[in-house]
Amino acid sequence: MVSPAIACEGLRKRYGTTTALDGLDLAVAPGTVHGLLGPNGAGKTTAIRILATLLRPDAGHARVAGFDVVRQASHVRERIGLAGQHAAVDEILSGRQNLVLFGRLCHLPVSAARRRADELLGRFALAEAGEKPVRQYSGGMRRRLDLAVSFIVTPDVLFLDEPTAGLDPHGRDEVWQTIRALVAEGTTVLLTTQYLAEADQLADVITVIAAGRVAAEGSPDKLKAMAGGDRVDVVLRDARDLNSAAELLRTQLSTEPRVDHDRRLLSVPTTDRLAALTTTIRSLEHAHIIAEDVAVRRPTLDEAFLHLTR
Amino acid sequence: MITRRDLQHWARQPGAVIANTLVFPVMIVLMFGYLLGGAMIVPGGGDYRDFLMPGMFAMTMVFGIGATLSAVSTDAARGVTDRFRSLPMAAEAVVAGRAVADMLSSAVALAVLTGCGLAIGWHPHRGVARAAGALGLLLLLRFAFVWIGIYLGLRFYDNSEAVTAVRTLEFPIGFLGNPFVAIATMPAWLGAIALWNPLSSTASAARQLFGDPVGAGPSWVTGHAILVAVAWPVILIVVFFPLSVRRYRHLSH
Repeated sequence: MVSPAIACEGLRKRYGTTTALDGLDLAVAPGTVHGLLGPNGAGKTTAIRILATLLRPDAGHARVAGFDVVRQASHVRERIGLAGQHAAVDEILSGRQNLVLFGRLCHLPVSAARRRADELLGRFALAEAGEKPVRQYSGGMRRRLDLAVSFIVTPDVLFLDEPTAGLDPHGRDEVWQTIRALVAEGTTVLLTTQYLAEADQLADVITVIAAGRVAAEGSPDKLKAMAGGDRVDVVLRDARDLNSAAELLRTQLSTEPRVDHDRRLLSVPTTDRLAALTTTIRSLEHAHIIAEDVAVRRPTLDEAFLHLTR
Repeated sequence: MITRRDLQHWARQPGAVIANTLVFPVMIVLMFGYLLGGAMIVPGGGDYRDFLMPGMFAMTMVFGIGATLSAVSTDAARGVTDRFRSLPMAAEAVVAGRAVADMLSSAVALAVLTGCGLAIGWHPHRGVARAAGALGLLLLLRFAFVWIGIYLGLRFYDNSEAVTAVRTLEFPIGFLGNPFVAIATMPAWLGAIALWNPLSSTASAARQLFGDPVGAGPSWVTGHAILVAVAWPVILIVVFFPLSVRRYRHLSH
């Protein structure tokens, strides 16, 4: 087996009385995109900060690109890129000046830093805006510049903390495309996000964390399957029919429907979509219960998420 | 490199730099020198503008803390500091780069003020060596306030109210001293506070070295103005330099 690009065991971190991480275990295979998914306060950012050597764990071990994040922090820093929740670039300098500055800070000689800045401006579609101060950039451009900075020295492992938070759909697509291109070059990416669509789009493997520990892990499809299979959703016209309809479907389909009184909704898990659909419609009609809407649907990652972090 | 970044800031925002470091002190010089200066009397005699200039120098050095504080807290809050910390570079370099940049900008401000002083008729009376000594003491004071600014910036970067509070406190600290008004004219209790203000000792020492009126009655502090003007900044540096470096390292806790 290939040794993991990121491996951590039993990471713990407390802030005062708040436990941010409560024994987090994680293994990320090289060259993959791994999504850390969790509600606010689940410990996503804390995990990233520890792995990027910005924060010391109270307990546990973590290795990134083969080096211990506490004892060999400087080796780790030579091999990682980090793009945090803010676009951590200098607002006053131009895009090019930012890239040259950070290139020099990565120990590139002046000429190499300039060359690299030009390359990256081109690759991140910022060539035209290269001389403008970052203050005048759009949100998407800032993020792209931020990603470009974390790519000055092509990192083995790239940490992205909510890379598209606060971007409009257009900016988000730009960032997604950029991330995909980077991964194609072999960089391992660990990204945190609150947007399930983002994890679904980008990640090979998703770890759902809740209250500082792993709640579930697997491919997006596997996680969706954990939330249950297909469902038939029925919206009734009259909420008073909900209980009798639920009883009816329970006997007819021999499963347990979920009842949502607010939405006058019955949600029935099923393995045979079409049979369940026909049976549902037929038995409701028979009992003179009027349905406004009947639909078959697959679970979304949102449901998986709610299910797993509840 | 960190210093260079600040120099690039100046190049890109000449307007802001001129306004902050140059226009403001020059404006105050002209305001106090001409507008209020006529009503000012320096106890023991002497020209008010001669009295004012060293005070202005010292005040400009102390007010530099605002620029340091803003720069440090903005970087920390925006995540720029985190990015520096995730790069393979020494922790000390980031903090030291900031200090060098601020010292350079203060040296420029001091030069401009000196030019302004010369233009309104002020000049050192006691020779180049003593004048250089006075400028040295002024920069030493600034150096002390650089470290206070860095420490406070790292300590309170996530609290913009604290940053504003410190910037507001500049004024009482600046005025609760002797840059504009001779201590001898103050009530005794206020005079005692103003006398021990680090800004006052540097201003008094600079006045002595430039040969300008000191404007204070005999007291231990005035008698040893140069000693106190060295001691105060050294004490502040000894306290705040380690605190700043420690704070920077402890961002990881």
